[in-house]
Amino acid sequence: MMELFEMMLTAGLWASVIRIATPLIFATLGELICERAGVLNLGIEGIMTIGAMAGWIWVYQGGELWGGVVFVAIVGMLFGFLHSILVVYLGLSQHVSGIGITLLASSISYYAYTMLIPFSTTPPKIVPFIAFEVPVLSSIPIIGEAFFNQSALTYLAYILVIVTFYVLYKMPIGLTIRMAGENPVANEAQGINVLLIRTGAVMVGSALMAIGGAFLTMSAFDAFYFGMINGRGWICIALVIFASWRPGKAFLGAILFALFEALQIRAQLIGADVIPYQIFSMMPYFLSIVAMMLVARRAAYPKALLVPFRQGDRI
Amino acid sequence: MRLKTRRDAPVWLIALLPILSIGVAFIIGAFFIIWAGESPITAYIALIKGSLGSTFAITESLARATPLIFTGLAAAVAFRAKFWNIGAEGQLYCGAMAATLVGTGVIDLPAPIMIPMLFIAGALGGCLILLVPVVLKTHMKVDEVVTTLLLNFVILLFVNMLLEGPWKDPMAMGWPQAARIIDNGVLPTIVAKSRLHFGIIIALVMSVVMWAILRFTVWGYEIRAVGYNQQASTFFGISINKSVLMVALFSGGLAGMAGVSEVAGLKGYLTLTLSPGFGYTGIAVAMLAQLHPIGVIVSAIFLASIYVGADAMSRTVNIPNYIADILVAISLLSVLVGAMLTRFRIVWGK
Repeated sequence: MMELFEMMLTAGLWASVIRIATPLIFATLGELICERAGVLNLGIEGIMTIGAMAGWIWVYQGGELWGGVVFVAIVGMLFGFLHSILVVYLGLSQHVSGIGITLLASSISYYAYTMLIPFSTTPPKIVPFIAFEVPVLSSIPIIGEAFFNQSALTYLAYILVIVTFYVLYKMPIGLTIRMAGENPVANEAQGINVLLIRTGAVMVGSALMAIGGAFLTMSAFDAFYFGMINGRGWICIALVIFASWRPGKAFLGAILFALFEALQIRAQLIGADVIPYQIFSMMPYFLSIVAMMLVARRAAYPKALLVPFRQGDRI
Repeated sequence: MRLKTRRDAPVWLIALLPILSIGVAFIIGAFFIIWAGESPITAYIALIKGSLGSTFAITESLARATPLIFTGLAAAVAFRAKFWNIGAEGQLYCGAMAATLVGTGVIDLPAPIMIPMLFIAGALGGCLILLVPVVLKTHMKVDEVVTTLLLNFVILLFVNMLLEGPWKDPMAMGWPQAARIIDNGVLPTIVAKSRLHFGIIIALVMSVVMWAILRFTVWGYEIRAVGYNQQASTFFGISINKSVLMVALFSGGLAGMAGVSEVAGLKGYLTLTLSPGFGYTGIAVAMLAQLHPIGVIVSAIFLASIYVGADAMSRTVNIPNYIADILVAISLLSVLVGAMLTRFRIVWGK
C-alpha cells in the first residue's frame, strides 16, 4: 500500500497520466459538444482512427506538424459534416449512422495507409511533437513537472477545456447550442436555424475527436498502428455521461481515468508473474462501465438527444 | 422541396433499395480505386470473378456469408425493438468459447447429438454475456450502446488470456489457439473440396425461424410493437423490460451461434483471428436487409461476396482489400438514406 502511495507522488507517474489523458480530453470534449447540441456521434472511434492516420501521413510526407493538426481537423470536420447530413438534415438513426461513419472512417484509414506506405515489419516513424517546459508553472513541484512539461498538443487540450466551458456557458452561441440539445423548438421560435447550429456543433466536435486521435501518432507515439484507437472513442462516450455533459468534469474524468490506466500499466509490470496482463488491460473497460453505472440513474441526458428536428414541427 | 409521409411504400422500391445502395457504393468506391492508380473496371471484374467466377469462389462466398447471416439476424432482431446491441462481435467469441469448452473432449457423443449441443452451448454463451448490458439497462438505466461496445474489448482480452494460458494447445507450435473440436462435433462440409460447411444450413433455418417468430407469434408482435412506439406498447400492457430481455436472448444467442459455426465449421479451433469483425458487418447486413430475417440471407451473401472478391482482387490488382470494408460502409450509409424514400415521398414545390 505504501508503495502505491509513494508511486502516486512521483512526477513520472503523473506525466504519463497526462499523456494518456490528452487524447481522451480532446475526444470527450468533441463528443460533449455534439451531444450538447442533441446529436450522438458514434462516429467517434472511426474519426479518431482517421485523425491518427491523416496526421501521421501528413508529417511523414514532409508536412509541418501544425499543418498536420489543421489538416486533421479538416478531415474530422468532413466526417462530422457527413454525419450531420444524415442525422441532422435527413433525421436518420443516429446510432446506425454513427456506426456507419466509424466503419467508413476506419476502413478508409487502413486503406489509405496500406496503399501509401509500403509494407514493412517495423512501421516507419516520424519526428513527433516534443515536450517543452512552460516557464514558471513547470517549477511547481510534482504538479508542475507533470502538467507543464508536455507537448504543445496537451497545452492545446487544457486551453480547449476552458474555451469550451466559456463558449458553452458564457456566450450567447453556447446557450443556443445547449438549447438545440434541450429544446430546439424554443430555438426556432427565436428565428435560429437549429439544423445549422447542430451541424456546426457536430463538425467542431468531430474536429476535436480527430485531433484527439492524431495526438497518438503525432505526440504520444511516432507511428501508426492498426487498431491503435482500441476503444478509446467508446470510452469517451462513457466519459461524457460520467461528466454529466460538463467540460470541467470531462477534464477531471479523463484525468481520473488516465490515472487508473497508468496504475494499471505499472501493475502489469509488477504483477506479471501472478496475474495475467490481460486482466489488467480489461480494467479500463470495466471502469468505464462502472462509471456509467454510478451516474446512470441521475444522468440528465440533453432532452433532445437522439431526437431529429424538422423545421416547422410542433410538439 | 419537402418530404411527405408515405403510407405504403411500393414493393419494387423496397426490393430495389439494397441493390441501388450497393450500386452507389461501387460508384463511390471507384474513386478510391482510381486513387490507388488502378482502373475501376478491371478491379471490379477481378472482384466479381474472385467471388462468383468459379465453383470454389462461390463456395468461399457462401462460407463467408454463414457467420454474417447469424450476426445479421442478431442485429436485425435487436434493432427491430430499438435495442442497440453492438456487441455481436463479443457475443460471437462467447459462443465460440462455449463451443470450445463443450466440444474439445469433455463429452463425446454421436454427431447428431453433439452438433446441436454445441450450438445450444454457443447460444447460451452469447445470451449470458448480453444479459449484463440488458440487466444494466433495465435495472440501472445504463445505455446499452456503450456497454455492449466496451464488452467486445473485454471479451477479446479474455479470449486472448485463455489462448495464451490455460487453453493454449501445446500441439499448435506456439500459436495461440485452443485445442481442436473433436471429430463428432465438427460440422461436415457440404460441397466436396471446399470450406462450405453445414453451418449455412443452420443459418438458413434460423432465418426462417426468426421470420416466423417475428411474423406469427405474440413475442414477435411485442418486439415489433416496442420498436415502433414504446409508450403505446406500455399502454397496451406490453412489458418493455420483458421484451428487451427476450430480444436480447434471441440476439445474443444468434451471435453466439455464429461463433460456434466458425469454430466447429470453418476453423476447427478457437483463435483470436476467428472473426475479422463479423459482429460489426452484421449491422450492415441487417440494415441492407431492412431488418427482415429472410432479407438477411440475401444481403449476407452479397456482402460476403464483396469481401471474398476483394481478397481475390487484392492479389491480382494492386488494391488493399480494405476496399471491401469501404464498400460495405458506404452501402450501409446509402441504404440508410434510401430507406427514407420508402417512408417519405419527395414533393417538389410547395
